[in-house]
Amino acid sequence: MKGTASPGRDGMGSKILRELVGSPSSLIGLVICVVVVFLAIFGPLVTSQDPYDLSKLNIMDNRLPPGSVGIDGAVYVLGTDGQGRDMVSAMIYGLRTSLLVGILTTALAMVIGTTMGLLAAYKGGWVDTIIMRLVDLILGFPMMLLALILLAALGPGIDKVILALVAVQWAFYARTIRGTALSEMNREYIEAARCLALSERRIIFRHLLVNCLPPVIVISTIKVAGAISAEATLSFLGLGVPITKPSLGLLISNGYRYLLSGSYWISIFPGILLMLTIFGINIVGDRLKEVLNPRLQENKAVE
Amino acid sequence: MSEALVDVQGVSKRFGRRLDTVERLARRLGSDISEEIVHAVDAVSLKVAEGEVLGLVGESGCGKSTLGRVISGLLPASSGRVLYRGADPSLLKGDEARAAKLNRQMIFQDPYSSLNPRMQVRGIIGEAPRYHGLCDRAGLEGYIDAIMAKVGLEPSFKDRYPHQFSGGQRQRIGIARALAVKPDFIVCDEPIAALDVSIQAQIINLFMKLRSELGLTYLFISHDLGVVEHLSDTVAIMYLGRIVETAAAEELFSHPNHPYTLALLAEVPRLGGRKKDFSVIKGEIPSPLDPPRGCHFHPRCPHAMPRCAAEIPASREILGGHFSACHLNGG
Ligand SMILES: Nc1ncnc2c1ncn2[C@@H]1O[C@H](COP(=O)(O)OP(=O)(O)O)[C@@H](O)[C@H]1O
Ligand code: SF4
Ligand SMILES: [Mg+2]
Repeated sequence: MKGTASPGRDGMGSKILRELVGSPSSLIGLVICVVVVFLAIFGPLVTSQDPYDLSKLNIMDNRLPPGSVGIDGAVYVLGTDGQGRDMVSAMIYGLRTSLLVGILTTALAMVIGTTMGLLAAYKGGWVDTIIMRLVDLILGFPMMLLALILLAALGPGIDKVILALVAVQWAFYARTIRGTALSEMNREYIEAARCLALSERRIIFRHLLVNCLPPVIVISTIKVAGAISAEATLSFLGLGVPITKPSLGLLISNGYRYLLSGSYWISIFPGILLMLTIFGINIVGDRLKEVLNPRLQENKAVE
Repeated sequence: MSEALVDVQGVSKRFGRRLDTVERLARRLGSDISEEIVHAVDAVSLKVAEGEVLGLVGESGCGKSTLGRVISGLLPASSGRVLYRGADPSLLKGDEARAAKLNRQMIFQDPYSSLNPRMQVRGIIGEAPRYHGLCDRAGLEGYIDAIMAKVGLEPSFKDRYPHQFSGGQRQRIGIARALAVKPDFIVCDEPIAALDVSIQAQIINLFMKLRSELGLTYLFISHDLGVVEHLSDTVAIMYLGRIVETAAAEELFSHPNHPYTLALLAEVPRLGGRKKDFSVIKGEIPSPLDPPRGCHFHPRCPHAMPRCAAEIPASREILGGHFSACHLNGG
């Protein structure tokens, strides 16, 4: 145990990666995530159309089935929607919007929720009471209902969607981190840090936070998927992103009314992409949960 | 005995769980929920002279760690006060307050939870001296190396993380961390209790070496009388939050007075066995939530008399520097 083990810090990232690649299912999840992110970032460079530019659309091409050739000779691999928009292009741009909402929401909710949870645990007393009562209040509501109410009040727009989702999601982080932080606070290294007269801020962020990170990472991964599907639901209900910048959810909703008339592809393909994305992220998240579980890790250290 | 470095004056520490809103409401509606208060430390007075080792002994749960935390400044006292070099550190401001805080350090019982698992040894030892400007950036590495060498750690190990060390080595890291801020008083809270027996002697020897090299003063907490006898100048015996007997180590072990001390001694296998007519302490330790009235020890004491259940025995000097709190001593 002593002496030979490799140092922990620089090995951490590559070790996690190795664990993810090591099991077939999480490898699939990881590949999906990489492809999805790659598509969202670089896809617009290769799409045949800017689906947001209405002047480029030809209404004569509307609702073409997958594989059709359009009036100007373009091939629509996955067909077109009700306005003659290339489905591949629309989905790539839609994916972009969905991921943007998912990642921004998660990043903001994580920072706010983690800070709140750490403060509640470290300060205790009335700070803890106020923060946790608010958390209880938020988590007591059905999440979508609360987001719907907030959005109804805020109005539409990507920024409003993100705001509404952050307002709901930070509470998850706060509750989990508070629990982890409370059990870390019982460990004497926090007392030792106080004995050394380090500042409160330093103790919270340099000592407490780093030991609460694994659950933060796990929740964030899973909550990215949650935020993406929440946004899709809101957009599907017409309360999400604006019609001019459709996300996957809005694409599904747009195609929904054609489902019964046989133009399945307008709704189904964005639906499949959405499902795959969420599936991939969740698999990676689940695997991360196992890899980062501190108890499992400690067992390894003792070996 | 020179002037006291640390003077503990009538310190009590109570832990209470305050009722929350719902419970207060329930009580108003007639429920008999009440605040639970633990008297972890009950009116303790002690003096620790500069350069001395004061051994504090008592069974688990009697309040030793809590007293140690109050003395080291980690916990505020509920009543009473702790003077360090004649001043109450909680009333000091700015640099003086910080100096009084850094001068009193603590070594913890569990070497597995007392080191930040995500920090390299370099950071664990070097963070505080750097933060407080006790050494400059250029001198930091040398500073850390010197302290590691002093506590018997190979300085080349400083890039490692705590999980890469054994219990004894971890405890050395904890000691190095405390020494890095140049304290003169260290509360050692059962620092060897969690270690292998084979390692315990090494760590005790390290404590003794550091004491003589650096002129340190220790409050050495233990539930093991044998360890305390070996390294203390003065010994205080604690029972359920109160100090029941204090004396110079030799005096206490050769002329124990308090029935609780006698019972403790009877439990220790000792050379020249000085077994008393009653051996193992009868009965459970009473709950500190609801301690017995009068002398806390009376439900277990073989000499208990009616007065013991009614009146708290005062601490009396039965010989120069030998104090005991028992009604058997008259008064
Ligand atoms: N932070 C705390 N909150 C509530 N009760 C505590 C706390 N710390 C200690 N106690 C209680 O105070 C009593 C003394 O504990 P402690 O000082 O740890 O004893 P020892 O170190 O002698 O084993 C115990 O009953 C313990 O449960
Ligand atoms: S005061 Fe009474 S009960 Fe307490 S130790 Fe003395 S004789 Fe025993
Ligand atoms: Mg203790």
